Amino acid sequence: MRLAIKLAIRNLIGAGLRTWLNVIVLSFSFVVIIWIKGVMAGWDHQAKKDMSDFEIGSGQYWHSGYDPYDPFSLLDNHAPVPEGFRAGVAEGSIEPELIVQGTLYPGGRLQSVIIRGIDPDQKILKIPTGKLDAATDAIPAVIGSIMAKNLKASAGDRIMLRWRDAHGTFDATDIVIEGIFSSNVPSAEAGQIYIPLERLRKMMSMPGEATLFTFSSSFSPETAPEGWVLRTRKELTSSIDEMIKMKSTGQSILYGVLLLLAMLAIFDTQVLSIFRRQKEIGTYIALGYTRHQVVGLFTVEGTMYAVLAAILSAAYGLPFLTWQARAGWSIPIDTSEFGIAMAKTLYPVYSAGLVVTTVLAVMIVTAVVSYWPSRRIAKMSPTDALRGKLQ
Amino acid sequence: MENGLVIETKKLVKKFPVGKGEFIALNGIDLKIGKGEFAGLIGPSGSGKTTLLNIIGSLDMPSSGEAVVLDRPVSTLSSREAASLRKESIGFIFQSYNLLAVHTVFENVEFPLLLLNYNSADRRKMVNDALSWVGLSDKTRSKPPQLSGGECQRVAIARAMVKKPSLVLADEPTANLDAANSHNILTTMETLNRELGTTFLFATHDEKVISYLKRKIFLVDGRIDRDEVKQNQNGEK
Repeated sequence: MRLAIKLAIRNLIGAGLRTWLNVIVLSFSFVVIIWIKGVMAGWDHQAKKDMSDFEIGSGQYWHSGYDPYDPFSLLDNHAPVPEGFRAGVAEGSIEPELIVQGTLYPGGRLQSVIIRGIDPDQKILKIPTGKLDAATDAIPAVIGSIMAKNLKASAGDRIMLRWRDAHGTFDATDIVIEGIFSSNVPSAEAGQIYIPLERLRKMMSMPGEATLFTFSSSFSPETAPEGWVLRTRKELTSSIDEMIKMKSTGQSILYGVLLLLAMLAIFDTQVLSIFRRQKEIGTYIALGYTRHQVVGLFTVEGTMYAVLAAILSAAYGLPFLTWQARAGWSIPIDTSEFGIAMAKTLYPVYSAGLVVTTVLAVMIVTAVVSYWPSRRIAKMSPTDALRGKLQ
Repeated sequence: MENGLVIETKKLVKKFPVGKGEFIALNGIDLKIGKGEFAGLIGPSGSGKTTLLNIIGSLDMPSSGEAVVLDRPVSTLSSREAASLRKESIGFIFQSYNLLAVHTVFENVEFPLLLLNYNSADRRKMVNDALSWVGLSDKTRSKPPQLSGGECQRVAIARAMVKKPSLVLADEPTANLDAANSHNILTTMETLNRELGTTFLFATHDEKVISYLKRKIFLVDGRIDRDEVKQNQNGEK
């Protein structure tokens, strides 16, 4: 094997431009595959982090009837804070939220919204709820930037809010936008307004009640109290996993095509090599190689393209990938309308596993692609090969 | 070599399929070549000399009969055993040199030693010795495309001789060379034959080569037509 590697290196270096063209194409595949996968991993990491920071904390307990996709169910699915959560609520490791439906009238228009009552002093989510402590004659509210864009509202604006309380009575008053935050989490922004929890309880005639609880990492989730369901972070971010999986499949096609192009170049080179180097093959056999050893030599030679490509990739790919991890990749279109948690700039994350898996996968594929045409050598007649007679 | 013979063939036959029929390239060759001979298979194209050389070199198998080379019957050798025989004991010189174009002169000559797992220091010494035999010590870093035909063939000789094989098989070694280079090459081989005791077997129809041979085996249509041994000045064979 050592001899085959030594000879393969000599042959590849001796082949000059042909070798470097293959190596450059293959190294390009290495870098692009690692970069694309890094972007996907970075997106996954960023989306889950943003969701944790702005929406779900380290997990939630939902009222058993709560369905975020069915606003009509909101009025009936709330309950008083369970006994087991009270200590956590007092120390701030678990925060109640009351969620009801309402309607905003911005500039004479009508827009259905989800009103979320949240404790202004909570520290679990990064929503600027501290601004809900503002002294105002209207209801202080905080909204996300997507919502602000839809409402064409800015900080300080007053908008009429109408709601229906627990007794079925409609009421209305003004809210004042005290703060606008940007989270990259559409589900925490679009159609949502945040107002003080106690104020909402009072408005709804639902004292001490909550629709869900968000807990921090310091809270140890236990079996949910009766009437409540534990939703772990993993469950709550599964939509991101699905989305990433779907996107990854699409990206796989892209790097599959890239890899295919590189493999075609190597396959083509191998076929041409075997065709053009028949005399050389015959010479190896005359000098004492078996035909199978020559097959091994050509396979090693082909696989060495991947080794050289990995080295070349490290030379220019490492600085590029490191720069990308720092500077990020700015998505050239507005992602706020996508409905998925996606930042305007994605920061690729490269794990050792990602790099090792990619390098190994490319090497294995290269070895197979190199071996495939080389098998012909095993069927060659050494005497015909020596004469360079086409076989 | 129990009986001092390097090559012995018995009723050697080689047939090639041609269309629905077959072409008999060798037809019952009986031949004995002893250690240190400087012999040649002489004949026109198609007389079977290259085929016989290939069988003796264990690159091809006989259709029937037997070729025993260095006490090993070629027809019974496995692919690995045949490769081992060539690697350890046989050197090849080809008409078109068959040098590895992307390797330097040094690397080309070093190749058989790499197969034999010699260490680096031994390889260096043996390669330098071989290149000095053929007068190419100053061309170690050159690559075959940078050499003349005569130089290429001298590299091929060095490659064949570097492992000091028992037998060297040379197929039309001067066919691509001019007269001066041919004589130069043949003198080199003659010297190596004399000094190292290596057996040389040529396949040729080149008069320049024939004049150097000490034994001339004439082949016609796959048969030995005559076998002449050159007498020395004392009239000894």
